[in-house]
Formats: sequence, structure tokens, C-alpha cells
Amino acid sequence: MRVIRFLKGLLWLLIRLPKILYAGLLGLFGWLRAPRRERIVPERETTARAEWTVIVLLFAAAAAGLAFFVFYVVDIPSSTQFLGLALGVCLALIAAALVVAAKKLIPTEHLEESYPGEAREDEEQLLQVIHETPSGLTRRRLIASAGAAAGGALGLSLVAPAASLGPFLDTESLYATPWRAGRRLVDDRERPYLADEIVTGTFYTAYPQGADPEQLGSPIVVVRLDPSQLQLPEGRADWAPDGILAYSKICTHAGCAIGLYRNPLFPQAESKPALVCPCHYSTFDPAEGGTVIFGPAGRNLPQLPLEIDPQGGLRAAGSFSGPVGPSFWGVRTRGPSSS
Amino acid sequence: MIRSTVRFLEERTGAIPFVRKSLRYVFPDHWSFLLGEVALYSFVILIATGIYLTFFFEPSTAQTVYHGSYAPLDGQRMTEAYKSVVDISFDVKAGLLIRQTHHWAADVFVAAIVLHLIRVFFTGAYRKPRELTYIIGVLMLFISLLEGYLGYSLADDLLSGMGLAIGYSVALSIPFVGANLALLIWGGQFPGDPDFWSRMYITHVLILPVVIAALIGAHLALVASRHHTQFGTGPPRSERKLLGVPTFPGQAPRSLGLFFAVAAAVVLLGALIQINPIWLWGPYHVGQGTNGAQPDWYLGWLIGALRLVPHFDVVIANRTVVPNPFWGGALFPLIVVGALLAWPWLERRVTGDHRFHNVLERPRDRPWRTAIGAAFLTWVVLIFIVGSADRVYVLLGISYVGQIWAYRIAIWVLPVVVLLVTWRVCLSLREIEAIDQERERAEEEAERAATPVAS
Repeated sequence: MRVIRFLKGLLWLLIRLPKILYAGLLGLFGWLRAPRRERIVPERETTARAEWTVIVLLFAAAAAGLAFFVFYVVDIPSSTQFLGLALGVCLALIAAALVVAAKKLIPTEHLEESYPGEAREDEEQLLQVIHETPSGLTRRRLIASAGAAAGGALGLSLVAPAASLGPFLDTESLYATPWRAGRRLVDDRERPYLADEIVTGTFYTAYPQGADPEQLGSPIVVVRLDPSQLQLPEGRADWAPDGILAYSKICTHAGCAIGLYRNPLFPQAESKPALVCPCHYSTFDPAEGGTVIFGPAGRNLPQLPLEIDPQGGLRAAGSFSGPVGPSFWGVRTRGPSSS
Repeated sequence: MIRSTVRFLEERTGAIPFVRKSLRYVFPDHWSFLLGEVALYSFVILIATGIYLTFFFEPSTAQTVYHGSYAPLDGQRMTEAYKSVVDISFDVKAGLLIRQTHHWAADVFVAAIVLHLIRVFFTGAYRKPRELTYIIGVLMLFISLLEGYLGYSLADDLLSGMGLAIGYSVALSIPFVGANLALLIWGGQFPGDPDFWSRMYITHVLILPVVIAALIGAHLALVASRHHTQFGTGPPRSERKLLGVPTFPGQAPRSLGLFFAVAAAVVLLGALIQINPIWLWGPYHVGQGTNGAQPDWYLGWLIGALRLVPHFDVVIANRTVVPNPFWGGALFPLIVVGALLAWPWLERRVTGDHRFHNVLERPRDRPWRTAIGAAFLTWVVLIFIVGSADRVYVLLGISYVGQIWAYRIAIWVLPVVVLLVTWRVCLSLREIEAIDQERERAEEEAERAATPVAS
């Protein structure tokens, strides 16, 4: 029995011998041909759990991405929210997969590295090149001056076309407004305002009839106050017929439209009526000719003199008391020009 | 496959040695180093979403009457620019998602830059040899503010028009050249020539993005050339040696993961949290304004400053010399950016320190820098908060005038208080540390003395 078992083993070996030899030879060959290289990135032990986490996260991201595609193709209500949710979740899952991979799968080595030093020799050589180059020149300074002249002139001529961007010397245009004596006050649908329509406690926006409403000098605010409350500056006694006052709607601080009107419900206890700009809360007193009560505006609100025509319509009786819109260097408190 | 690709590239570009070096560039390991990356990735998202928006946006002030799918605006007079943004929001599929993501990404972008700047300042990362990196960073911050301002101004809704009016007034207020400059930029008196829209558009979608991208390139090149700073000096870390994780494989999945996280955050914000619903503001007209006007957060400090200044123009002989918006709208930001740019040199002048610095400092170890930084931050943040005074009045009923007066005093008093308190806290923290170390040493000694010596 023993002999049979031995022969059986020998046979097994003999049958497999070519295979074993071949494998051994191949291994030897490979070992000889490519000498084993030292690893650069250290090996990292990973767990099946971590790998599965990454796989599941990525497949979930794929599902969310697909959902975005489906939401895009199919018409659904609130598509912004659903599309964004699908895309956002897809991106978040990819981020999660990458973070798990970074923490659990990717080899993380801590390497040392030297901070860069200084290249003094290169510096010296560079300086030498710079210094030695013009050594043959005798009129160095003159050449430099000529070069500077050429460069400066070229620069100047290249910058000059920028002047075409705008009428930058024409600061006179900043005073322009379409208001002049006799111009009707109309609302934003070109309907003329009647004096009787203007009631106290609110404010109206008016534009000059037939003029461009988008011009800075166009929009005005109209309010009605009790004539006995008015304390207008000298020379403006007849600017507010029946207590109806008009001011430029453009704040003299930063050019926003004055969109707020402070109207006291209990005048005995509350602050007086005021025109307020919603941008920086410059507060103007309509009863005293648009003087600044509070806020950053540095110039009074320009007032427009009014008159009531025989039909009861409101018209401008002249031009503003001062330049309309935000201030600039040299702006004077003179009347604006009519355009 | 990989081998043949690498071989192909090396034979044709010779770039493989550089790529190998870049992949093994060492990143020090600290979460605060990721703030700059958040800004970078927000920028990438801004470019991607911005390109999509340009396919639909029409930069034109041509007047039109709206008859689109948003009924409340039906029949309103508006510009083609505003109409196209309303159309992006209602008629372009995923248009509103991309628009809101773009807007949110801009807000995240600037926030990340500001936090990055704060980290760099308080740890002294701007010191030699990294002053240029710092200066480029500060410039990028302020260019980004302008970029964001132009971006939301393009929509030509009521709020953006009010913002442009303020920008025009600030330009106008610059002494001597203001009026000429504003006329040049706007092509005439506000609201300006139709060309102004082309100018804003090309500046927003091409000129400034290219400038920012170039500065990002320079910023990153300088960071890589001088290497990252690092926290701590525990061996093997030192002023000469850096310890960290290589770009590949260690840093790459983290950084890429951060990119996807930032993208996920801004997309989810864009999907779920409404931002700048311009169809509610309506189109801008010169004669219209609205209450509760607030800019994007990163311009809050400027609106606060504009609101805070008392009412005066500098007037000589009945001629205005310095109009009011100059103080809050031009001088204040110039002081802030000037102080930030000058700081590394100011500090060096005081300390006389001309050495190289690769190791970061803890805020407490530089009490004066920390105190001055905290005071400066308090000053700017307080002025930022002033911008919310009108909302506080509406919500809580606290008098607006009273608030403004309180702030006018607080912005000078509080920074001084913060300066002194921060300085004191820094010193105390260091004292506590010194005492702790002393005690540990004493306890160790006592223990050693108490242990019976085996003889």
C-alpha cells in the first residue's frame, strides 16, 4: 500500500513538473529582467468596509446625477429645487466618497522637505550681465532720455483714445435738467397732475411733460403742506402755491431716488414731515426749502418753483434752486441750466 | 497603458520631471490652509456658471415692454438686460438654479478670501519671504469686490440701479477729477450712455475674470516657489524643514473632495435658498427707489460708511470741494486697502525683523499684532453692522437716528477697548502657559525627589 501511495505522489509530481519549472523559470526571468524597485508610496492596509463605503457612495452619486438628468428631461413643478437638490446631493456624495478614500484607502505619507534657499551666485551673474551690457556706450544718459521720450509719447498717444469714452470735459452737462417755466407736471403714464389731486400726508412722483423720464434732472417729488407751516428761504415765497411743493427726487448725496416720506400722524409728538432717501437715509425738510435735517447729504434738495395754470394743472414756474443730483468738485449752489 | 501615456507626454513635452516634482510637493496638514482653496474652487464654479449665464444674458439698455411668463411684471417698461435676467429665471430650464448658484458662489468666494486673509494676518504668514503673495491676495480681494458689484449691477433691477447710482456718486465725489472720471466711465450723466452696459459687461465677464485668474496663477506660483508655511516647530519641523502630505496621492483626494463639497454647498444654496429675486424688485428707473435696500454682504461695510458720515460737504467760497460720498465710499476703502498693503512693511519698521519666516506664529505670541488686527477688524465690522441699522429699526423699533449716533461714537471707542483687551488677553494666555510649564516641571521634580532612590 505504501509503495502505491509513493508512486501516486511521484506521478502527481511528474505531471505537474513542467508547470512548476515553467513558473519558476518565469519568476526567475522576471526577477532578473526588472530588478525590484523600492516602493515610493508606502503600502496601506485597507478594510473591505471602507472600500464598500466608497463604492456605495459613488453609486449613490451616480443615482443622484441620473436624477438630475431625469428632472431636466421631464417637466416637473419646482424644477429649480429638485434639479438643485439632485445635483447638490450628487456632488456631496462624490465629496464624501473622496473624503472616505482619503481617510481610509489612500496611502498618506508624511514627507519632509527643505525650504528653498537663496541663489546668490545666480543673482551675482544676473547683475554682472546687466552691468556689463551697456559698458560700450558713451551717451548712456542721452539714450535713456531719448528712450523715455519715445516711450512716454507712445504711451500718451495710446492712452488718448480713452477720451472717446465720454464727454469728460463737459461738466456743464451735469447741471442739465428738462424743467423750465411752464412745463407741465405729469405722472409716469404722462397724465397731467391737477393741483386739487395733491393731498397732504403723502407724496407724488412727477416728470416733465414730453421729456425723457430717465434723465437725472427729470423726476420730482410733490407734497402738500399747510401753507402756514412753510418757512421757505428768502425769495421763494411764491414757489409753493396753496402749499404744494416740488423738489428734485434725486438725493444730493448719492443719487438714489427719494422714496420715503415721513408723515407724522400725531404732529404734536412726532417729528415733522420729511423726505427721506432709502439708500443712506438723508433726511430733507420740505417745509424749509429742502434743508438737510439728518443723514449724510451735504447739499440741500433743489426746489422747483410751481404755479397753478387756469385749468388747475400744475406747472413749473422756473428752474430748480440748485444743481440736481449728487455733488462733484466745483458744484455751485447756482441754478441749473435747462436743456 | 499608463506607461505609454507617460512616455508619450515625456517625449513630446519633457514635462514629466516637473509633473513628478509637483505631485510630490509637500502640503502641511492644517484645516485653516483650506480657506484659500475654498476661494479657488468658488472661482472655478463662478467661471463655469458664469459662462452658462452669458449664453442667455443680453447686455442692452434698449427699452422693451415685458409680456413674458411672469405675470406680475406684464406690461412694464424695462431694459433688455433686465428682461433677459427675468427670462433666465423663469423660462430657461435650470436657469434660475445656475443664476442663484452663481450669486451664492460669489458670496462664498469673497467670504473665503476674507477668512483666508484673517488667518494669514493673525498667524504672520505674510512675513518675508511671502509679502508678494500677500499683496497679490489683498489685491484679488478688492478686485473681487468690484467684480461682484458689476455682476449684480448688470441685472438692471431696481436694487442694482440704486447701487450704480451710488457708485456714480462716489466716482463723482473724488476731488478734482471726479466729475471728469464719472463722465468718462458712464459716457455722460447718470444713468449714462447705452455703451456703459457694454463696458460693464465686458469688464465683468472678461477683463476682471482674466485679471483675477492671472493673479491666482501668480499667487499659487509664489506659494509653491517659497513653499507653504507651517504651524509648530516640533521636530522634524523647523524654519528650514517642512513636514506634510504630498500632492499625490495624499493631498489630491482631500482637495478634490473639498472642491466637490464647495460645489455641493453652493448648488444646494442656489437650489433651496432664494437670492436676489430681481422679479420682486422690478426694473430700475431713475425716479424710483425702494426701502430696505441692501447690497450683497461684501459691500455692507461701504454702505455702512456712507450712512455714518455726518452731513457736510467741504465747501470753499460756495463751491463744493469734497462731496460727502468721498469719505465713506472712496477714502474709507482706500484706508482699509492701504493699511492692509502697508502692514508687512509697517511691522518690519517697528520690529526691525528682516529674517526669513517659514513657521507661523500663534496670535498670542505677538500681542501687539493681534491687538491691532483685532481693533482694525472691529472698526471695519462695526461699520459693516451700521449698514443694517435701518433693518434693526424696522424689526426692533430702535430709533435710526439714535443708532447712527451711537455708532458714530462706538466706531472710535470700541476698537480701542478691543485693542487693550486683546493685548491683555494675549499676555495672560502666555503667562498662564508659563505658569503651567513651571508647575509641571516642579511636579516632575517633586515626584523624582519623592521616589526613594534604590541603593
